[in-house]
Amino acid sequence: MGIELKNITKKFGGYTAIDDISLNVASGELVALLGPSGCGKTTLLRIIAGLELPDGGKIILEDKDTTNLPPREKNVGFVFQHYALFRRMTVFENVAFGLKVLPRKARPSGTEIRDRVEHLLKMVQMEWALKRYPSQLSGGQRQRIALARALAVNPKVLLLDEPFSALDAKVRQELRRWVRKLHDDIHVTSIFVTHDQEEALELADRIVVINKGRIEQQGTPQEVYDHPANAFVYNFLGNVNVFHGRVHNGKVTLGSHRVDAPDEFKNTEEKASQAFVRPHEIGISRIRSSEADLEGTIQEVRLMGGQIGLNLECEGFEHPIEAEIPRDLYINLQLSRGDKVFVSLNRVKVFTGDYAI
Amino acid sequence: MLKQPTPETAPLVRKRVSDPLPVQILLIGLMLLFFIGFIFLPLGLVFAQAFQKGWSVYLESITESYALEAVKLTLTTVAIVVPLNAFFGVTAAWAITKFNFAGKAALKTLLDLPFAVSPVIAGLIFVLLVGSRTPFGSWLGEHGIKIIFSTPGIVIATLFVTFPFVVRELIPLMEAQGRDEEEAALTLGARGWQIVGKITLPNISWGLLYGMILCGARSIGEFGAVSVVSGHIRGQTNTVPLHVEILYSEYNFAASFAVASILVFLALLTVALKVSMEKKFQKNSSHH
Repeated sequence: MGIELKNITKKFGGYTAIDDISLNVASGELVALLGPSGCGKTTLLRIIAGLELPDGGKIILEDKDTTNLPPREKNVGFVFQHYALFRRMTVFENVAFGLKVLPRKARPSGTEIRDRVEHLLKMVQMEWALKRYPSQLSGGQRQRIALARALAVNPKVLLLDEPFSALDAKVRQELRRWVRKLHDDIHVTSIFVTHDQEEALELADRIVVINKGRIEQQGTPQEVYDHPANAFVYNFLGNVNVFHGRVHNGKVTLGSHRVDAPDEFKNTEEKASQAFVRPHEIGISRIRSSEADLEGTIQEVRLMGGQIGLNLECEGFEHPIEAEIPRDLYINLQLSRGDKVFVSLNRVKVFTGDYAI
Repeated sequence: MLKQPTPETAPLVRKRVSDPLPVQILLIGLMLLFFIGFIFLPLGLVFAQAFQKGWSVYLESITESYALEAVKLTLTTVAIVVPLNAFFGVTAAWAITKFNFAGKAALKTLLDLPFAVSPVIAGLIFVLLVGSRTPFGSWLGEHGIKIIFSTPGIVIATLFVTFPFVVRELIPLMEAQGRDEEEAALTLGARGWQIVGKITLPNISWGLLYGMILCGARSIGEFGAVSVVSGHIRGQTNTVPLHVEILYSEYNFAASFAVASILVFLALLTVALKVSMEKKFQKNSSHH
């Protein structure tokens, strides 16, 4: 097992940042800790690295209990959100740092260090920057150097704290594909923290959704996205329309309408429920396709790249319903503001209980 | 008379919004007047008075043994105070910016105390604390340690008065730099002393030097606090500023101003150093 966390708890004053989290990460796995800001994901990462001490629980890295070891002895690579490159050192000195501070006995020779640094810089495609200072590099380049620096000491585990969040959208996407490829090549056990669900879905082997210091759900991106365990996870993994209503005997109320609820609610007694529909799962048509279709008026049209966003005013609904349709469909249907359309909500996800969002 | 703006030049003139010309002239004039009245004129007078009786008297005044002793004492004080305050300043700034502890805000406020208290009061505090009439002072006296009316007292008083310079320079700098780099070094396996030597000190070096220059300048010129604890013993406990005052009160104006000109030179040197530091400092801090 790469990383085993057992019942980790951490409090700051009266505030519980981590509330009894246990988590296993297999060797060579790339796991995303996904959650809103302040949910404790960064604290958990810092605890694994030894930058914070947990109040309770155990951290086992490669079958060795490292709970009370200082960061120096944990052999963990850490990549910071704002790179944290040493500003007074060149790129070469930055990457070589972890090797140069080794005790004399364990320290490689000067030429070995040089070879290793050059190899790492080639791997992150930055070999040309050997003599540059961090201030002379762009954000994406700095983060690559930070990655090379963390990998220089051959860490057992690589931890990345919101590694892409300080970059522009374009660079962010490029770099995260590149990191995925790098991980496929070197297979170091890795955990990265993010609040961006897209990033987690695209990059990770497994996603761990965290909220208020607890794990809400974990699984492959597919599992978590298609079968969210609760309303929080569903809501956090993408845009949603939320309808507060009641579920009863296989029917759920949406506004003043009643539609079929998913099978598991066939024989339930009446209870309060929240129904969710993702904007891109809403069907839009010029002709009525079923009895359950709603009638709506297009209130607003938004250009969103490949998709078109529509705000629909539907009778019996307090708030407009948001829908996203492919551009082709939008053009074929010749839609424009003020048009009447039929709206089908056929993939409703229903959660009961008083889950607050 | 001002030329009326022609249609061609009007847009150029209007490009920048600025105060009306009379206001500008008034403000610049006031500033010049201040500079002349409070800086250039007095400085000129110092030299005029110093050379009043010619070069030979000037040279004699500053090479006379009491004057040389005073210079020696002042430089000794600076040589002890600046490194010590650099050390205390780094320690205090480190504690304040890198750790969280109870009473941190209060401590941060207290750091400014030496600036807020009148130097004379600062001197008196030490007299009351370790003067020969206090129990602690007399105990020290019995063991042959003399603080008040001797060099240690002068050093301590100067230390107190100049303490804030380094620390106030470093706190904002270290706050802006955060703990990221130290934490990165920590995860890369560096030990405490390696982090201090390779990361922290290089990162604050320019700010530290700048603070030390200011601290040194004030140490050279400190009068009030030192005056209280010194005892004004010629050739023994007289610093340069005290020596200037003694000469002056003896109506030995030429000698007094001659010695004062040494202080002026040192001050100008400090300003020059400070300006060159500022330039380097800016160049370096834009590097991140």
